[in-house]
Amino acid sequence: MPEQTQIPTPERAAPDARPAAPGPAAPPDSAVIRDALGVGVAVGLSGFAFGVTSAGAGLGVLQTCALSLLVFTGASQFALVGALAAGGNPLTAAAGAFFLGVRNAFYGLRLSALLGYRASVRPFAAHWVIDETAAVTMAQPDRRTARLGFTVTGLSLYVLWNLTTLGGALGAEALGDTKAWGLDAAGPAVFLALLAPMLTTTVERAAAGLAVVLVLVTLPVLPAGVPVLLSALAAPAVLFVQGRLDQRRPDRGRGGNATGTAHRSDAQEDPR
Amino acid sequence: MNPLHTWIAIGVTAVGCYLVKYLGLAAPAGILERPLVKRLAALLPVALLAALTAQQTFGEGQDLMLDARAAGVAAAALALVLRAPFLLVVAVAVAVAAGVRALGG
Repeated sequence: MPEQTQIPTPERAAPDARPAAPGPAAPPDSAVIRDALGVGVAVGLSGFAFGVTSAGAGLGVLQTCALSLLVFTGASQFALVGALAAGGNPLTAAAGAFFLGVRNAFYGLRLSALLGYRASVRPFAAHWVIDETAAVTMAQPDRRTARLGFTVTGLSLYVLWNLTTLGGALGAEALGDTKAWGLDAAGPAVFLALLAPMLTTTVERAAAGLAVVLVLVTLPVLPAGVPVLLSALAAPAVLFVQGRLDQRRPDRGRGGNATGTAHRSDAQEDPR
Repeated sequence: MNPLHTWIAIGVTAVGCYLVKYLGLAAPAGILERPLVKRLAALLPVALLAALTAQQTFGEGQDLMLDARAAGVAAAALALVLRAPFLLVVAVAVAVAAGVRALGG
């Protein structure tokens, strides 16, 4: 799911907004539902962009809808259709999409404690563990409102995302040549919009810059799909360099190594 | 695009993405809580998204090229700096790319 800018997450709006002291009284159900629907509807509509991009990349309507129904995590879906369009082999393409989806495991860890679902419910709840449901759920002060926020965001987003995916795929087929309409710029613009809010410190910017260099240098020489996977190495590389720098300047470390992370606020640690 | 290959990719992605979601929800707390693992998990999407942006802006098969997409993505970057909402950012990119193509770019 496009995890992006207009979501009123506490992490985005104000990194330290989440009270460390006992939180305020639980908000009324209507307020939780309103916030959850706001996120669900706003982001759900961007399934349209996915449907158009996927159809423009050459996937059929059925394939496009299967992705939104079964994968249901936007960045991975966009990555997969982009890799397939570039002629990548299916497993290489799936690997890139998979690595983008790994962050959802970390949301799940947080949500597991907040939601407290029984083991029999978890397999169903798992499908909705994405950026937006995590943001809404983690903003709730207690279990009851957390469950309400998770369910309303998940349901509204899932229904809308799939409907707009279908609409986008059908719309793109009706348009014909999607390139003439500039629709091949939608994919990279989506990635950029997802990336922008993540570029909070020098560490993120360095990783992004290195990844861009790696992918552009290797694109002409490596098989399709491999350059993007290779560029993922920018993440451990930058962490390694940062660790060395922090070792050299123990007092001026920037909260990226093991000790620094422990001091960072809860919100900043969020794997986003 | 080979339809069978596409379906394989869809199936593998769906299973893999579901399993990582479920793993997080079902795993005992602590397994993935090591600081280095969390830092890496946070930084991995940054690297991947940056690479995907570059590849889909400048890549054409195995060639690099500067075309209307770059103009569209540059416009999207400007919209992001101006704090435009997500859908508007994408719409701006599409409109500018279409405009440049219409002008023969």
